[in-house]
Order: sequence, then structure tokens, then C-alpha cells
Amino acid sequence: MIENSTAQHPVLRLSNITKRFGKVMANEAVSLDLVCGEVVALLGENGAGKTTLMNILFGQYAADEGFVEVFGTQLPPGSPRAALDAGVGMVHQHFTLAENLSVWENIVLGTLPLFGRSLAARAAKAKIRALSESFKLAVDPNATVSTLTVGERQRVEILKALYRDAKILILDEPTAVLTPQEADGLFATLREAVGRGLSVVFISHKLHEVMAIADRVVVLRHGKLVAERATADTSREELATVMVGGATKAPEFEARSAGPALLTLDRVSTQATASETPLDRVTLNLHAGQITGLAGVSGNGQATLSDLISGLIAPSQGLMTIAEGEISAWSPRAALAKGIARIPEDRHKTGTIADFDLTENAMLETYNSTFAKRGWINWRAARKHADHLIETYDIRCPGADTRIRLLSGGNMQKLVLGRVLENNPLIILANQPVRGLDIGAVNYVHARLGEARTNGAAILLISEDLDEIMKLSDVVHVMSEGRLSPAFARGSIDAAGLGAWMAGDGFEERADHAS
Amino acid sequence: MRLEPIANPTLTRRVLPPALAIATSFAVAAFLAMIAGGNPFQVFGLIISGAVGSKFAVLETLNRATPLIFTGLAISVAFRAKLWNIGAEAQLYMGAVVTVVLGTGALGLPGWAMVPLLAVLAVIAGGILLLIPALLKTRLGVDEVVTTLLFNFIFLLFVSYLLEGPLKDPMGMGWPKSARLVSEARLPRIVDGLRLHWGFGLALIAAVGIWVVDKFTTLGFEMRAVGQNAHAARFAGIPVNPVILKTALLSGGLAALAGFSEVAGLKGSLTLDLSPGYGYTGIVVAMLALLHPLGVVAAALFVAAIFVGADSMSRAAGVPTYLADIMLASALLLTVLAILITKFRVRRD
Repeated sequence: MIENSTAQHPVLRLSNITKRFGKVMANEAVSLDLVCGEVVALLGENGAGKTTLMNILFGQYAADEGFVEVFGTQLPPGSPRAALDAGVGMVHQHFTLAENLSVWENIVLGTLPLFGRSLAARAAKAKIRALSESFKLAVDPNATVSTLTVGERQRVEILKALYRDAKILILDEPTAVLTPQEADGLFATLREAVGRGLSVVFISHKLHEVMAIADRVVVLRHGKLVAERATADTSREELATVMVGGATKAPEFEARSAGPALLTLDRVSTQATASETPLDRVTLNLHAGQITGLAGVSGNGQATLSDLISGLIAPSQGLMTIAEGEISAWSPRAALAKGIARIPEDRHKTGTIADFDLTENAMLETYNSTFAKRGWINWRAARKHADHLIETYDIRCPGADTRIRLLSGGNMQKLVLGRVLENNPLIILANQPVRGLDIGAVNYVHARLGEARTNGAAILLISEDLDEIMKLSDVVHVMSEGRLSPAFARGSIDAAGLGAWMAGDGFEERADHAS
Repeated sequence: MRLEPIANPTLTRRVLPPALAIATSFAVAAFLAMIAGGNPFQVFGLIISGAVGSKFAVLETLNRATPLIFTGLAISVAFRAKLWNIGAEAQLYMGAVVTVVLGTGALGLPGWAMVPLLAVLAVIAGGILLLIPALLKTRLGVDEVVTTLLFNFIFLLFVSYLLEGPLKDPMGMGWPKSARLVSEARLPRIVDGLRLHWGFGLALIAAVGIWVVDKFTTLGFEMRAVGQNAHAARFAGIPVNPVILKTALLSGGLAALAGFSEVAGLKGSLTLDLSPGYGYTGIVVAMLALLHPLGVVAAALFVAAIFVGADSMSRAAGVPTYLADIMLASALLLTVLAILITKFRVRRD
């Protein structure tokens, strides 16, 4: 009975939402319906526009075009208060709790009346107890938040939304911070909520969770809605392919035979850390004159591999060999001495120093080896070097004394590129080299990498964009949960096959593939 | 509401806010001077003439600026590398202690060897004093703001113990005071008969030296890079922790020179009131100078002039010298605000 009536009237309707940030389209004509008692998963890579879309729904951003409708009423744009009142509850990835207050105080924050507090407080606690019992959200209302585990804090966030009578729950990457057991508990809660007629939007890029909890999956890519599937009619492999873009394009460069291996990892593992997936017995050969593509869903150990080759971390087990020399004391400086050109993932935070000018940023990796003698800097040579890079790599800027923070992303990346390519490096690590760049800059970076390949460099290209990997790579590896797939030569595997590896299939058969 | 960096600030935007900041701090001081029963114009006139109105006043201001240049340099060197050294006061006293321990007769050297040797040893001792919190920071991640700040109290109590015990002057009539330096250990006066010692010259040389290090050496480059973005610096192969330790040695050494020059140039012995908070005022000096080593000289002269001028004004007009502290405090706060305004604009969205 209920299902019939709600099928016609979605509880939530996003209609043709478009949002631009400067030149970047964060969302482009995205439409989405949510019906009563349904879990919709919003799937997409980092930067695909998931969080922007949810922030528009929750009123934190105003959309440039399109509107949000809750229970048939249009929400005024840019008003979180209106979204809250309409019954939308959001659980952010980073919690918004006051650590020094108790659980119940956090939940009622902003709702208690000025007078008759103790009575209201007692009623509030009773309501919280009832909610936590019926939704299986075990947490003590009197506990101080700072003493809670991460999983318990998330329960408080959900209780907060339920306490305000939310009918629609939005969870932004809720499992990113949870242990598998806590994640199972969360899923039990969500099923309970859905059974009681609530609706859930679940944002994630973890495929197995999406398959486990969602009724329907919506995939965003580059701000556009690219696929909508019932969970029953799709597979992890298909979702992985759609998410990272599976269209096979003609390869950019003609195939070449591989030169000698310049960088070799032999069953290398790294120490577990809090933030990154550690490497698990990774075996990798980077050959001269080849681009080796590394595909995978983000957060599966690509950042760790990049840090390892950059010199920021050292292997805890296994052997790393570079240009036929074993590595002993491994550091960024040692990596530079070995002639490794490193294009970091984050050019703003890692690749450059924002308030240094172009000259200083251009000499950042070579200030002591090339531009100084006995500790004295040769500014004239450094300036000349910067001018040379500006000229050769077509960096658009007012001059070499411009602070780098004033440059566009593309020009900043050109400086990073010029800095590392200028010395004709033998090994190049390119981690997401075109993320956030416009199409002209993308083509430029790709052409330069192709040129370096022709000159005999061994290149490792890490990207979340499968199109980019397919376009440039001679051989492709896939990373999943810190493990590396065997190498696939270009043409020997299609997007669906890579998608299966990304979803974690095939790794059990490691012994068969071991080379 | 958020702050947005301004790409190319106009000249007006760069000059006007600091000028307004100084003007406003004078207005605040004038208001308070009126409350204290003085005539603001007379009060400012007395401050100016007390600071620079006579040869004696000028020399007094230069003398007062000397330790502030040293501590201001110490702070600016450290703060540029984002090493938050709040312990310049302790490092200053360390320099002073080394000077009196070795300069009161323990070493029998001629003046040309004694004075430089004492200075160098004071620098080393002060550097090591800051090296301890710096090592705690790099090795264990202990916040240096807390450790350096608390070190001040520990070290001052230690100095107090020394002055009541081992370093107490037997001829001092029971006062907690060290023996006087031997004459070979004293910093000579720059011009005979004028009350200005070579500590001031040394301070100017130090300022120029730090400026040169900052601008022309790899160490200066490394210190700035680590301060601006330690993560990017590490990625680029700059040895971040060794750079922080070198910065600590340099900063602590500079602060210790303040203590050395006060004892060897001005006082001749060590007492517990050697520094009226020069280590802390150095922070004000460094911030007013925007952490620029040559700016530190100008800021130290400005701060010293206000202190000296306020002392003399207080005697003549009966307005308390605290007025000087208020002027400096409001000038500092408003300057920090002014810097923000020159660099950012407020955007509402």
C-alpha cells in the first residue's frame, strides 16, 4: 500500500542540478529520485562531484541551475536550516561533534529551550534511549564524546539526525573510518532505518559495500550522472568500469619493445599506517622506453607506492633495485640522486611551496647540487634556469619572481613538469599528472610524457582515470588493497577485465600469475 | 565569510593599513593618557623628546635597542622556520650566566681574545638550550611552544639559585648579585666618553649577517622552505629535521648574545633583573618587523624609543609608564590585523 503511493511521489527529487566552480563543472545536469524505504548508493571517484551534489541537497551550496524537492516541496537554495526542517539529515565524513560535551548534549545542541531545561533534558534523554534501542545504535547518552570510539561517534551523528526526525539520511563515505565489524553494525542500522520507512543516500567508492547495502546505484563521473542501475542487475566489475570510465580509445603511441628494467620491486611490503593502505608484496618492473600504467580505485595503495618511489617511505620487507643498484638509505634526496623524476599527486601541497616564487620553486630539488657552491646560492643561474623553464615549457606568468600560488593549476604543473624533465631523467613517477587540469594542459602533459618515453625513460603513470591509463600505457597493472596485479600488455585486457581486478577478483590466484 | 588572497595588492592597500594601525594605536594611547590625567599632546611630546631629544636620550635608546635587536633576530630566525621559540628569555640568561662564570676571573686572557671567546661560548650555550626543546619536537613531537615557555621559568629559578649560591658575589653585601666582570671581559665603548658599547655594533652586524644568510645561502633557503611548507620541503629532498635543529642553534645563540652584551657591555654583573622581559618583547619586535632581519633593527629602535621616552615622560607628566606597554600592545595587534588586510580581502558567500 505504502509502496504504491510512494512510487509516484519520490521523497527526494534532485532535478537538473548544475554547479560550476570557476571553469570547472562540479555537477552537470544531474537528476536523481529517491523513494521511500530505499538505499541509493552514490558512487564515483574522488572529485567526481558526489560531495558537491550532497552539499547542494543539504543547502550548503546553492545550485547554479536546477532545484531540490523534498516530499513534493521545493527547498529554498542555500539553506541548511530548510533542509533540516524538511527532514534531511546529513552525516559528514568528518564528524561535527563537540568533544567535551556528552552524547545527549551533542544531540540536542541548539534545540533545548532556555527555560525548563532539566525537564526537557530528561525528555530528550528518554527519546535518545528509545531511538538508540529501536535503531540498534548502542551508545550511552551520558558518555563524554571524547571517550568514544570512531564507530560510536558515527552512531551519535546518526542519532543526531534521527532525533531531529530526519526522514532522509545522507551518509558521506560513512565506512571510510570504520573497522569491518563497525561497518557491519552500520549496515544493520541502515536496514532497520529503511524498514521503518526512512530513505538513505549512501556515498562511497567502495564497491563491495555498495553492492551489500544499496538497492540502486547511481554513478557520477566528471560531474555527470553516467549510469543508474538496480543493484540486482549489475556487478562489481561493471560498476568499477563505469566509475573510472571504460571506453577504450585508440592508444596514443605506437607500441614499443621494452628496454631493460630500470626500477624493480621484488615482493616489497611497507609498514601499515593510519592513513594509507600499505603495500602487500608488490612486484613491479619499470622498463626503459615504456609507460607502465597503474589503474585502480583510489585508496588501494597507489599513494603508498608513490611515496615509496619518491623516497618518502622505505620498504619494510622485500627488495627495491634502481638502475641495477640496491637501495640502502632511502630518502627523497637519495631518490633525486638516483635520477628519479617525481611528479607528485598534489602539486599545491607537495610539489610546490605556495609563497615561493617561480625561481625558488624551480630550484627546489636542485638548490644545493646545481645552484649553490659551498652553501652560497647562485641566484643569477637560478633565475636563468627559471626563465629557461618558463620559455621551454610555456609557463604563462608575469615573470620568474611571481609567487607560484598566483599561477593556474596547469601552469603550476608545467613548472613541476619542467623541473623534473629538464635533466632527461631515466625514471619518471607521474602520480595523477593531469588531475584538475583543463584539456589543453592535459594534452600538453601527455605529449611531454610521450616524448620522455621516446627518449628511453621508464615511466610509472598512476591514475584513477582508466581512459588516461588505456591511452598512454604500454603495460598496465591494477592495484587493489595494496596488492599489485600482474602486468598486462596493451591490448591483452579490456576495461571489463581491468574492472574485475580493481574489484579485487583474481588476486587469490596470485601463485599462478607470479612471474 | 572567508578570506581570499589578493594577487597584486595596490600600493595604497600595502601602505595604508599599517599607517592606520600606528595612528590608531596612538589614538588609543592618547585616550588613556587623558584618563590618567595628562594632556595627550604634552605626553607624546615628552615621549619623543625623552627618546630622541638629546644626545643622552638617543644613546639611551640605542642601548635599550641592543638586546631587543638580538632577541628580535632570534625570534624572527626561529619563526621563519615555524620553530616557535618562546624561550628567548631563558636563552638570554644562559648567555649572561656563561659570561659571568667565565668572565669574572676564571679565564686570564687579554681583552682581544677574551671578549670574542665569551661571545662564542655564550652563543653555543644558548643554542644548546634551545636544541633540547627542538630535539623533543623533532624526535617525539613535543610542542615547543610549551617546552620553551616553561623553560623560561625553570631557567630563571636556576639563575636565582646561582645568584644566591655559587655565583653570589662575596663582596656584594648579601645582595643576590654576581661578582663584576674583569675589565678584559668588558665590551669596550664605541666612542670614548659616550655611554654606548660595542654590543650595539655587534647587534647591527648580526642583523646584516642574518639577512645575508637568509638571502644568499642554502641554509637560509632551507629554513624558509621548511617554514613555508615542511611537507613539500621534505619531498624536495630538504633534510627537514636537521634544518630545524640548525635553526634552533642559531636562534638560541642570537638570544644568548643579548644576555652577553647586557652583562659585558652595560651592567658588568648579573642580577635577576638583567632583562625586563627582552625575550618576550623580542617577539613583538620580530612580528612588527614582519620577521625581516633588517626590519628587526628598525622595530627594535621603535620599541626602545617608546620605552625610553615613556620612562622620561612618566617622570615629567606623572602618567604611568604602562602607557608604553599599551601603545606597543595595540600597535602589535593592529599591525597584525593590518597585515591581514594587505594580504587578504573578505569575501561573503
